[in-house]
Amino acid sequence: MSTKKVTFTAVAVGIGLVAVSACGGSGGDSTKAGSKSVTLVSHDSFNVSKDVLKDFEKRSGYKVKVLKDGDAGAAVNKAILSKDNPQGDVFFGVDNTLLSRALDNGLFQSYEAKGSDKIKPEYRVDRDKHRVTPVDSGDICVNYDKKYFADKKLAPPKSFDDLLAPRYKNLLVTENAATSSPGLGFLLGTAAKYGDKGWERYWKQLRANGVKVVDGWEQAYNEEFSGSAGGKKAKGDRPLVVSYASSPPVEVLYGKPQPKEAPTGVATGTCFRQVEYAGLLSNAGNTKGGKALLDFLAGEEFQEDMPLNMFVNPVREGTKLPELFTEHGVTVDKPQTMDPKKIAENREPWIKSWTSLVLK
Amino acid sequence: MDLARTEVAEAKAPPATPARGAGRGGAARLGLMALPVAFFAVFFAYPVTAIVARGLHVDGVWRFGRIAEVLGQSDIRHVLWFTTWQALASTALTLLIALPGAYVFARFDFPGKQVLRAVVTVPFVLPTVVVGTAFLALIGRGGLFDELWGVRLDTTVWAILLAHVFFNYAVVVRTVGGLWSQLDPRQEEAARMLGASRWTAWRTVTLPALGPAVAAAALMVFLFTFTSFGVVQILGGPAYSTLEVEIYRQTAQLLDLPTAAVLTLVQFAAVGLILAIHAWTTRRRESALKLVDASAVARRPRGAGQWSLLGLVVATVALLILLPLGVLIQRSFDGPDGYGLAYYRELTSAEGGAFLVPPIEAVWNSLQYALAATAIAVVVGGLAATALTRRAGRLVRGFDALLMLPLGVSAVTVGFGFLITLDEPPLDLRATWILVPLAQALVGVPFVVRTMLPVLRAVDGRLREAAAVLGASPLRAWREVDLPMVRRALLIAAGFAFAVSLGEFGATVFIARPDNPTLPVAVARLLGRAGDLNYGQAMALSTILMVVCAVSLLLLERIRTERTSGEF
Amino acid sequence: MTALLRLREATVRFGARAVLDAVDLEVTEHEIVCVLGPSGSGKSTLLRAVAGLQALDAGRVELGGRDQRGVPAHKRGVGLMFQDHQLFPQRDVAGNVAFGLRMHGASRGEQADRVAELLELVGLPKAQRRAVASLSGGEQQRVALARALAPRPRLLMLDEPLGQLDRSLRERLVVELRELFDELGTTVLAVTHDQGEAFALADRVVVMRDGRIAQSGTPLEVWQRPVDEFVARFLGFDNIVGATVTGDRADTVWGKIPVPAGAPAGRCEVLVRPAGVRLVAADEGLPCAVTARTFRGTHVAVHLQPEEGPRLEAACALRRAPEVGERVGITFDAEDVVVLGP
Repeated sequence: MSTKKVTFTAVAVGIGLVAVSACGGSGGDSTKAGSKSVTLVSHDSFNVSKDVLKDFEKRSGYKVKVLKDGDAGAAVNKAILSKDNPQGDVFFGVDNTLLSRALDNGLFQSYEAKGSDKIKPEYRVDRDKHRVTPVDSGDICVNYDKKYFADKKLAPPKSFDDLLAPRYKNLLVTENAATSSPGLGFLLGTAAKYGDKGWERYWKQLRANGVKVVDGWEQAYNEEFSGSAGGKKAKGDRPLVVSYASSPPVEVLYGKPQPKEAPTGVATGTCFRQVEYAGLLSNAGNTKGGKALLDFLAGEEFQEDMPLNMFVNPVREGTKLPELFTEHGVTVDKPQTMDPKKIAENREPWIKSWTSLVLK
Repeated sequence: MDLARTEVAEAKAPPATPARGAGRGGAARLGLMALPVAFFAVFFAYPVTAIVARGLHVDGVWRFGRIAEVLGQSDIRHVLWFTTWQALASTALTLLIALPGAYVFARFDFPGKQVLRAVVTVPFVLPTVVVGTAFLALIGRGGLFDELWGVRLDTTVWAILLAHVFFNYAVVVRTVGGLWSQLDPRQEEAARMLGASRWTAWRTVTLPALGPAVAAAALMVFLFTFTSFGVVQILGGPAYSTLEVEIYRQTAQLLDLPTAAVLTLVQFAAVGLILAIHAWTTRRRESALKLVDASAVARRPRGAGQWSLLGLVVATVALLILLPLGVLIQRSFDGPDGYGLAYYRELTSAEGGAFLVPPIEAVWNSLQYALAATAIAVVVGGLAATALTRRAGRLVRGFDALLMLPLGVSAVTVGFGFLITLDEPPLDLRATWILVPLAQALVGVPFVVRTMLPVLRAVDGRLREAAAVLGASPLRAWREVDLPMVRRALLIAAGFAFAVSLGEFGATVFIARPDNPTLPVAVARLLGRAGDLNYGQAMALSTILMVVCAVSLLLLERIRTERTSGEF
Repeated sequence: MTALLRLREATVRFGARAVLDAVDLEVTEHEIVCVLGPSGSGKSTLLRAVAGLQALDAGRVELGGRDQRGVPAHKRGVGLMFQDHQLFPQRDVAGNVAFGLRMHGASRGEQADRVAELLELVGLPKAQRRAVASLSGGEQQRVALARALAPRPRLLMLDEPLGQLDRSLRERLVVELRELFDELGTTVLAVTHDQGEAFALADRVVVMRDGRIAQSGTPLEVWQRPVDEFVARFLGFDNIVGATVTGDRADTVWGKIPVPAGAPAGRCEVLVRPAGVRLVAADEGLPCAVTARTFRGTHVAVHLQPEEGPRLEAACALRRAPEVGERVGITFDAEDVVVLGP
């Protein structure tokens, strides 16, 4: 066969493929039919065990369709933009830094999920309207490279104040608060700790102590941090990194062979708590299914399954934590927190002054 | 939104003053353009206009005052200035470094040429996160430059510029080299017989003939670097910010649509200006060239000069492209217990937890998306290029420029635009997988058009006439005359479109999609998690992405060279 | 004999300029017509208009009695051999020759047979698999011819068929072409700027000037009786002078010249063919100085400068040619004098 025929066939097949898939695709959106399928819209990090989801589908009779719609910020914003004609029934993944925006824009309708009473009280917000259900929490904290500090016979830092000490000069790497979620969390943590005015002075001192700022978590953790697998290969030379309290257990889980002890530790006095919420979308096509899905997210099975899938902590009281977390994780007793309203008000001006303070 | 509809209506209207004798041809051209015009109207103009309008049209009032307000901010002006000059500098540097490469690939035969040509295209498909990793191994702490000369370029502008060269080397080599390899070398020889030095002959004969291709390549490199996102952030550090980053921040993080709309308009204006300059400088240059069979032109290098040129190009490629890629490959094998396939084995298991499916399935997803996107890009771009081939009026030239605009528009803008426009039947395409290849094709089409157009315009019109007199209908004549001559360009263009969609990340992540991750998405997800295995799998998957890309391109090259002696 | 091709006031304008200006032309079956004219006279446009590659602004083209308006090039059933051949560079010789056959749906077997037959005919047997780029100019010309002939067009048009070839090849090929066309009975419309080619090839010659037909006739008629100064000069005749005819004499700056009987009286131009310029002793005829001699194979062209009026040229037998600088006298032979139209 000649080459030309090959080309033509390829193009023809391609077109056919597109045509077929276009037809097949548009038929798949059965949310509006409102019956047997329920759609969860979330961000890219959403994950759940296959059998847990199957279990829910079997029990409820709904087929669950999961749509991942970019990073957390983009996913929330897209949900807001399309709230009149939403892409699904339930949205999961709005955290406390974005919650006000979602609520103010009327993204969610009221529904108190079954088992909401079991959720730890400190996470419950919007108590009169029940527009959102807390699903998970996590802490953004400074992690340290255990080996580095052992070799140097140096005690790792414990608190925000410690990070200013000369012995930790040029050791910390953090992320751009303007573009990275842990970067913003860390900034909010300092603002919660030192107050509206005090945080700027703190960051001036942190800068003087040689903090390095890179764009995103991937780069900070995998390139600059000396305690991670990537960082070792890339000859990372920063033994302190702004990451998550769950990072050490994750290092254990994805070590091969699994190490007896996590190679990294957490400075528990540097944590800022993030809470993620889910809610029933206004104008959802399948409210009944959506409600069932929310019940599922707040329920025991999902809450137990969640830690090893998304590396966050369950918010339901009495949920059994996996061994990995109990053994290698830390409990952060007094994380910094901040009211979502206050975050919404100050976020932009803070990021602006942070940028000129630290980056310029 | 009404704005978009008006645009469509205007674009479809026949030209007011048709060229002499263009009655029949004009109708045919409009017919050819119907699909590309519809494609761009629905999947580009409409969504982008809608998202901009959403930002500026608040409570029934147009807020054009926002434009001056946003532009009045000194940091926005600073971002605009930096975006522009780094793009110009990157384009110049890329041309400087890649043009000798284009020559070598076009004119010399040497062992491993095809493999090398495929490999230089690999950076093009790699997610920027991965490229950042690879590139830091070259210019960062403990990198080659650091160890050899104690030079660290990370967090400097040079890192950004060099990485842009790394990314766009293939754009120049393929776009310019494609035409160069088919230029009749006798023209240059004729000039030399007339007393021109080798350099003068090149400058006065070959360069003008290459002009359109060089301009096309420069334009694409500029647009890519102008809208650069990851490279600037990772290698330049957070101190450097481009317009693209600002738009992403304003749209995806702050939901400040008015500011995002203004910035999008600014980006449009800048890109439009560049397109206008491009059109103005190349308008008179494109002319019928005498094209010859590429395989008849390439030969083994002769003499010390040619060998050292080849050596220089190979060394550049090795240092700038192979070395960073090599680092990724090395890391993908560098497992916890020494070198081995541990990370690759892990890819086939679903137990990693990052996905519902084994990460390896991302390969198949990516291939499907890329195939569909390539088919769309080739059909839409091919039709557009054919329609644009013949000398045409202002309207058609305007369309020519319009086709390039997607390269200059942020993936965030397109993704958010899709969300608010393609939500009603019959175009309720949100959350259907076709949206991803459609968005990817938006970026692929300009490649197809830009690569094919210079060659199509260079085809001597009398060959078509010769075919017509021998009984070939216009369509048949195109198939019999143009297609064989542009097949090479078409394959190059298809290869580009394929590579673009294989590595496409921006548009993909900003489109809601079920959990069948593409390779770049899977790599990004793995890198977004702590842990040795995740990092290793990301490296392994990146290596697979490279191999898939290189093999696909090699297959395309193979089709090209497997020429049967007869026809059909 | 019926007219296969008929042009009626065919007009093509490029902007304000008429490239074809109300041209009337007929070509009957089996006739070979050569359109002769300088470049820019519109002769290529004429072919393109007939082929359907160029739309007419006025007038019509008829083929076999049918108006061709709206008939696209590929449906006219005419062949056109392009000036620079325009062989398809991506195809080999057989691919080029078989192209038209394929377009007309011939089977592979038929194609192969006809290609072999035509290559034999044009003197390139067994050249099927050769690459077009490897062919010499003459070979390319033959392939182009075979390609144009292959689908058996009812009218074959040749645009400067031998233009790029060297002289000896051209002279040989023109004879071959003529024989070939006679043998095949092909109807041919060719254009050329080379009168030798036209006269050797054509049954009838049509001279064009500025988009109009200046003269049409057999080669002999045109050669012997060019109608005006333009045609005469285009045919290479330069011995032209203004004259006033009275009876069988014309008064010119060269003196009195005998003209053929029946020439209309009055102001006109008179052409004396070089053969009609007789060299005599310096004191006998019009005194001239010999300024140059050009050897022309069978004769010598002697360039002469009379004391008054334009230069002229005489054809002179080899042995009798005077040296440059010699002074001679000339007389004119009425048989070789042509009175040109105004």
